Amino acid sequence: MTDYAIELVGISKRFGAVQANRNVSMKIAKGSIHGIIGENGAGKSTLMSILYGYYQADAGSIHVGGRETRIRNSHEAIALGIGMVHQHFMLVDTFTVLENIVLGAEGGLLLKDGLARARDHLKALNREYALEVDPDAVVGELGVGLQQRVEILKALYRGADVLILDEPTAVLTPQEADHLFRILRALKEQGKTVILITHKLREVMDITDAVTVMRGGEVVGNVATTDVDKETLADLMVGRKVSLRVDKAHREPGAPVVTVRGLGLTDARGVKLLDNLNFEVRAGEIVGIAGVAGNGQSELLEVLAGMQTPSCGEIVYKGETLTGTRSRRPRPALWREKGIGHVPEDRSREGLVKAFSAFENAILGYHREKTVRKGPLYARRTLIERTRDFIEQFDIRPANPLLRVGLMSGGNQQKVVLAREIHADPDLLLVGQPTRGVDIGAIEFIHKRLVELRDQGKAILLVSVELEEIMALSDRILVMAGGQITGEVAGKDATAKELGLLMGGHKH
Amino acid sequence: MKFGQPSTLPRWASLTILPVLNLAAALLVTALVTWMIGEDPWECLKLLVSGAFGYGEGIGYTLFYTTSFIFTGLAVATAFHAGLFNIGGEGQAYIAGLGVTLTVLAFDHTLPAPVLMPLAILAAMAFGAAWAFVPGWLQARRGSHIVVTTIMFNFISYSVMLYLLSHHLIEPGSQNPTTREFGQAAWMPAMHDMAAVLGFDLPSTPLNASFILAIVASVVFYLVVWHSRWGFELRTVGVNEKAATYAGMSVSTVIIVAMCFSGALAGLSAVNELMGSTHRMNVSFTNGVGFVGIAVALMGRNHPVGIVLSALLFGALTQGGLELSFEKPVITREMILLIQGLIILFCGALENLFEPFIAPLFKRKD
Repeated sequence: MTDYAIELVGISKRFGAVQANRNVSMKIAKGSIHGIIGENGAGKSTLMSILYGYYQADAGSIHVGGRETRIRNSHEAIALGIGMVHQHFMLVDTFTVLENIVLGAEGGLLLKDGLARARDHLKALNREYALEVDPDAVVGELGVGLQQRVEILKALYRGADVLILDEPTAVLTPQEADHLFRILRALKEQGKTVILITHKLREVMDITDAVTVMRGGEVVGNVATTDVDKETLADLMVGRKVSLRVDKAHREPGAPVVTVRGLGLTDARGVKLLDNLNFEVRAGEIVGIAGVAGNGQSELLEVLAGMQTPSCGEIVYKGETLTGTRSRRPRPALWREKGIGHVPEDRSREGLVKAFSAFENAILGYHREKTVRKGPLYARRTLIERTRDFIEQFDIRPANPLLRVGLMSGGNQQKVVLAREIHADPDLLLVGQPTRGVDIGAIEFIHKRLVELRDQGKAILLVSVELEEIMALSDRILVMAGGQITGEVAGKDATAKELGLLMGGHKH
Repeated sequence: MKFGQPSTLPRWASLTILPVLNLAAALLVTALVTWMIGEDPWECLKLLVSGAFGYGEGIGYTLFYTTSFIFTGLAVATAFHAGLFNIGGEGQAYIAGLGVTLTVLAFDHTLPAPVLMPLAILAAMAFGAAWAFVPGWLQARRGSHIVVTTIMFNFISYSVMLYLLSHHLIEPGSQNPTTREFGQAAWMPAMHDMAAVLGFDLPSTPLNASFILAIVASVVFYLVVWHSRWGFELRTVGVNEKAATYAGMSVSTVIIVAMCFSGALAGLSAVNELMGSTHRMNVSFTNGVGFVGIAVALMGRNHPVGIVLSALLFGALTQGGLELSFEKPVITREMILLIQGLIILFCGALENLFEPFIAPLFKRKD
C-alpha cells in the first residue's frame, strides 16, 4: 500500500462567473515528485492556492497524511508541513539570506538567539540537500537561481514535508534548472514530497514520478510518468493534437528595415548594459536574440522601442536615423507611428493595463489615432467592434470585449497584446518573450502568427529565453551575453550546445 | 478579506449596499455619542434631516453647500485618477478666490455681466490651476511628494491671502479684513431669481447658477475621464506608469496637466462662494471645503455620480448640522465635524468592513 502525502477529493472553486476548479481529485504519493501540468487558466494555481490556504474550496476535502483537514490560511498549511515556493519570490531584498529565512519565524523576543539557532539548522539543511547558499549573502545581490533556493530553504526551515513549486524554471537558465532538479531529487531521497506545477513537458518527463493533467479546471489525466510520452501529455493538455514544431519555408530576406550601429547603453552607475551592438533586421526575416535573462536583451528591446535613450550609437530605420532626433513628443509614440510595433517582455506590467477592459487595452499605444475617435471622444462602438475582431481572429477567451484584462489568463492576455500590435500593421515588430507563461495551444498559435508576419515581409526581432522557441522561429540567431553580441548562427544550423556556449560568453 | 482576492460581491452591490451600510454604521456611532452627552439621538436625527431637507430654504442652503463640495470632490477625483492625492484643494480654492477678486475689483464697473462673469470664472480656474501646477511640476520633474507639497501650499496660501487681504485688498476704512462688495455685474444669478423669471416662487437662498455649472462639470468630467484620449492617458498613468511609458504617453505631462485641472476644479468652488453668496472676499472663506472634497471623492469612489451624491450628503450634514446646533446648544459645530469624521472613517478607511458579512448572501449557487 502506498502512503499518500496529500489527497484532494472533489475540490471545486468558482470566482464569479469563472469555474476555476471543478471536482478535482488527486493523490500525491509520499516521497514522490508529482507534476501538475495544464495550460494557463487550467486551474493549477487556484488548486495549489487552496492547498496552501489562500482560498477556501467551495466543495471537496483535503487530506494531509491521511487525515482530513481544513486549511484556512497559510499558517495552517505550514503547520501541516506544506511549503510553497512562489513564482514571484517573497523575499526582502535588503536582508541577508539568514534574516529572510527566519522572517516570520524569528522564535522569541530577541533576534540574536533565533538567528544563531537558524544558522545551525541552515548549515544542516544546506549540507543535506546540496543547496550551496551562503547564509550571510544579501538576497538582492543573489541571482535568480540562488534566490529560488533561498525560498526552498525557507520552506524547509519551517518544517515542510510537502513542497509546492509554482513554475520554478520559468526564470532559470538551463544550467540553473538542472541544479534545481538535482536539489529536488535530493529532497525526494530524503523522503520529502514535491509538487511541481509547470507547463513544460520536458521537465515533467525528466523529473516527475507521476503527473496530473488539468484542463479547464478539471483533471483530465492522472498517470505514472513512465507510462506516457510527451506527445500524449500535450494532447491531453490541450484536448487535441498539437504540433510542437513550426512549419517554416525558406524565404530570401529583403532590404534591411532596421540597422543598429555601435549601440550602447550605460546605466547611472556606469555599468555597460549594452555594449557596441551592430546588427540589422531585414524585411521578411525573424532575427532571434538568444541569451540568459538579464544580459541586455530587455534593454535592447526598450531602446529599439524608444522607451530608453541609448548612450551612444545609432538606430537607422528604413533609411532614417531615429536616434539623435529631438521631439517634444515621447519617442515610443513617434516610433510606433513610423511602424515599429512592440510586444513587450512583461506584458502584464508594460503591455497591458490590467484594470482596463479588453477594448481599452486594444488601443493602448494607438489611443492617439483618429480612427478610434469620433469628435473629441472615443468611438466606443468602433473600439468594441475592433476588439471583437481581435477576439475572433486570435481566439481570445473569454470572448468579452468589456472584460477586465486582469481576469484573463496569461495566454489570452498575450493574445490581446499581439492582436493589437499586429493590427497596427508594423514593418518592424519587436517581440519579447512571446510565450512566457503561455499555454501550449496558444504557443502554437502565436508562433504561426509570427511566421505569417515574416512571410508577409515584416521584419521581426524576437527576444526569448526559450532556446527551443528561438531555434524553431529564427532565420538568424544572435546570442547576447554581458550586453554584447557574442555570436551569430543561422537558424537552421543552430544547436542548443553551440548557443549554450555562446550564451556563456564564449565568443566565436 | 485578503488583499488582492477578487471581490465576491456583484459590482452594483458594492456600489450601493456597502456605502449605505457604512453610512448607517457611522450614524449609529454618532447616535451613541449623542446619547452619551444626554440628548435623544432620534430627535437629533430628525432635526438634522428636517433642517437639511424639511423646507425650501433648508434645501436651498443644502444645495449651495453641495455645489462647492461637488467642485472640490471632482478636483480630488481628477488627481486621484492620475494616482495623485491632492490635499491642496483648500489652498487652490483660496487662491482661486484671489483670481476672482482681482478680476472683479478691476472690471466690475466697466464690463457688463455677460463678459465679466465668464472672465472671473476663468480667472478662478486659472489661479486654482496655477497653484496646483507648482506641486504637480515638482512631483513630475523633481519627485517631491505631492501630498507633502500640496499641504505646504495650503499653509502658504493662508499666509499670502491674509497678508493681501489685510494690507492691499482691504476695503479702505474697514476694520475687517474683507474687500469691498463686488459690483452687481459679478453676482452669480441666484436660483430664486432665475426661477422667478420662469414663474416659480423659490425662497431666497445663496443657491446660485454655480450649481448648474457643477452638474455640467460632473458630466464633462465623466466624458473626459472615461471617453476621451486625455482621460485614457490619465487613468493609464494612474494605475500603471510603466504601461503608460510603453504606450508613448508622457507621464510627467499627464501628472502636471492632471494637477492643473484638479486645481481649476477646486477653484470653481470659490466662484460659488464669492460670486454666488458673499459677494466679497473675506479671510478663510473656503472654510474647509477643500478637505471635505477629499471625503466626497473617497466616498463617491471618484465617479461623478457618487461624487454628486456624497456631496449632497455632506451638504445636508453642513446645513442640517447648523440647524441642529441652533436648536440644541449641546450639539456644537464640533459634533457635526465628529459625524463627518465618522462618515469618512467608515466610508473611506473601513470601506470593506462589511463585505465579508454580506458576501455569503450573494454567493452563486452551483
